Amino acid sequence: MNFNFSEDQLLMKEEVKKLLDKENSVKRNRNILEGEEKFDKELWNQLVQMGLTATTIPEEYGGIGMGFLELCVIAEELGRGIAPVPFSSSVYLATTAILNSSNEDIKKEFLPKLASGEIIGTFAHSEKATFPSESGISVAAKSGKITGKKVAVPDGDIANFALVSATSGKNKIGLYIVDLSADGVEIDTLETFDPSRSHADISFKNTPAQELSADAWEDIEKLLDQSAVLFAFEQVGGAEAAMNQAKDYAMGRYAFGRAIASFQAIKHKVADMYISLQLARSNCYYGAWALSNDAPELPTAAATARVSATKAFYECSKENIQTHGGMGATWEFDCHLFYRRARLLSSNIGSQGIWKDKLITSLEKSNSPT
Amino acid sequence: MDFNDTKDEANFRDEVNSWLSANADKKEHAKDIYRPAEMSGENDSGESNALKDAKAWQAKKYDAGWACLHWPKDYGGRDASPMERVIWGQEESKFKVPGGFFEIGQGMAGPVLMLYATEEQKKRYLPPMAKGEEIWCQLFSEPGAGSDLAGIKTKAELDGDTWTINGQKVWTSGAHYSDFGIIVTRSDFSAPKHKGLTYFFLDMKSPGVEVRPIRQITGGANFNEVYFTDVKIPDSQRLGEIGDGWKVSLTTLMNERLAVGDASGVDFQEIFELAKDQDFNGDAAISNGAVREKLADWYCEQSGLKYTKMRNISALSQGSTPGPEASITKIVSANKLQDIANYGMDLMDNASIARDEETAIFQGSLLGAPLIRIAGGTDEVLKNIIAEQVLGMPQDIRVDKNVPFNEIPTGSKN
Repeated sequence: MNFNFSEDQLLMKEEVKKLLDKENSVKRNRNILEGEEKFDKELWNQLVQMGLTATTIPEEYGGIGMGFLELCVIAEELGRGIAPVPFSSSVYLATTAILNSSNEDIKKEFLPKLASGEIIGTFAHSEKATFPSESGISVAAKSGKITGKKVAVPDGDIANFALVSATSGKNKIGLYIVDLSADGVEIDTLETFDPSRSHADISFKNTPAQELSADAWEDIEKLLDQSAVLFAFEQVGGAEAAMNQAKDYAMGRYAFGRAIASFQAIKHKVADMYISLQLARSNCYYGAWALSNDAPELPTAAATARVSATKAFYECSKENIQTHGGMGATWEFDCHLFYRRARLLSSNIGSQGIWKDKLITSLEKSNSPT
Repeated sequence: MDFNDTKDEANFRDEVNSWLSANADKKEHAKDIYRPAEMSGENDSGESNALKDAKAWQAKKYDAGWACLHWPKDYGGRDASPMERVIWGQEESKFKVPGGFFEIGQGMAGPVLMLYATEEQKKRYLPPMAKGEEIWCQLFSEPGAGSDLAGIKTKAELDGDTWTINGQKVWTSGAHYSDFGIIVTRSDFSAPKHKGLTYFFLDMKSPGVEVRPIRQITGGANFNEVYFTDVKIPDSQRLGEIGDGWKVSLTTLMNERLAVGDASGVDFQEIFELAKDQDFNGDAAISNGAVREKLADWYCEQSGLKYTKMRNISALSQGSTPGPEASITKIVSANKLQDIANYGMDLMDNASIARDEETAIFQGSLLGAPLIRIAGGTDEVLKNIIAEQVLGMPQDIRVDKNVPFNEIPTGSKN
């Protein structure tokens, strides 16, 4: 039994970490947060050059033909470095959706360009304040055109194309590929609480759309489960970084004549972070197993990983600020960058309540939760 | 990433299974437990029957070479690898077999004897311990020394080659049916507290040893107070040097934390089933969003512990040392037990008050959980261990360090 990543996968993880450390991705997050750019193109290009956007794409489509396990370790490091790049939209979501599809023409058209980083994709799904249910999609596709509005699309103002969920008639939800530079597309960049990752509202008016599938609700659910595992790894990476920041600060900060790390109030706080992090990490490993084996347990495993990783990153990022005291709440310290990212990742692909509900639903269906 | 046995592991698992299948009944459900024969009378909790059955099962395993698998053959074990021991445990748990009496001896006293006893003593005491013929208890905590174990006051005085012990121990599980005990005492009251301790093993039938049961909040009495009045222990039964008792104690405690695992009682499965059956405002409780959120949290904890354990087993299977992740197990499971029990009784509302077949396990878990949060290291001590030993944070400043023990202040509750 080897319920762990392989040596090669761990080596790859280390390489990604080295790159993000060398490029100081946390500082780059701040630059994007404070500046006018929507993402860090230089860092993105380096990730592309390293082949990371090609990870899960088979060689016949210009990729490097590795699997989801490699993507999990990459996700963890991107989370640790709170990298300001559209990786989750383009790789976890858009690339995976196209890989899942059996449409050869679309695969041949898009996968090589996604692998080479020539194009960036995203997934446009939400239409209002709540995460969409099957009956909550009103963007409509008809005769190769779509009309309607998607809100808070991650990287919506960066991506070249979007996968758009839309009604395809007969009460079915389909998935469509839309070129975001096409006629009838209006993109409004949003002012957000975490500008290190750009979001936009996108309106479509008789916009040309390529059909990936006309009956895609189950595909969408699966795509969300798959990406939930990857998001969860990203959250675990961020949570661990925040926990380590808290610990390191407490070791070096003296008050009452001693390191504050020697006070039980602080030690127990950091131990609590460690506990929630380990639970999340172990659940993520199970998620990785289910994801890479396309196991029937994926819905349960993905929701479990997602819920516990969301909790862990929230707890670690907020208690990291608390451990830092007043300085932790300043603009100058990095704590808030992690706090913002934790909150943002919780909202992308559906909030905690949605995933807890999904988890219990999948346990009710499977009827043998333990 | 996989859960598959290696070829050797699979072969070993088959061997274990065929022996178990020939000698015990397989559980029909995961929650099936072994039940001893009926209680024999009003004042009998059924313990004597359970003990008799457990001894018989342990002896059967011993005779076939399945007791204390990881111990050397010379001492009654099998020279098994850590992974083989895990596989045995996984498979045995699928059968309805008795247990619950030998863990302290085999898990804590055994390893200490192996490190500190003479060869002759090891040959004398370890095989009967493995066979379940002789049961051991651990005499550590005192009324004034629980989490602060090094604060013990039970006095040991040497005269010639015999020690005389006076004092009181408390929370001693199974002292009432134990044949031997490991004990830590204070041999020097003028030395600093961690320096004046000395460690022994003793015959629990020695004159001057008095065992009194403590009734717990569950109503049961698994723990005892043990009084020592001029109890004699030969110096040959000292483990470690005079004054080195703290070092020896730490070996025992490390093993204690490995031995104390998941809390038993209600878990996710029970609250999940209850939520499906229980009415809540005219609908099944499980259809309520607030209930679903609670269930999801507990499922994530249960699953997180399960796969944390798998990560550790995987490390053993790969021939490496498990990481410190398992240190979270007791903290998480004991608190989960308490909260699930409480929430279950909340869902049952008024019906939770009476004791019946459905409520009993929730009520029992609610009352048992506080003990589990304390035994084998309190939540707070375990968090200190995570912070200090796993994360490398500094120890708290100790005002009693390097102070002669007899000058350390004590409060009114000691």
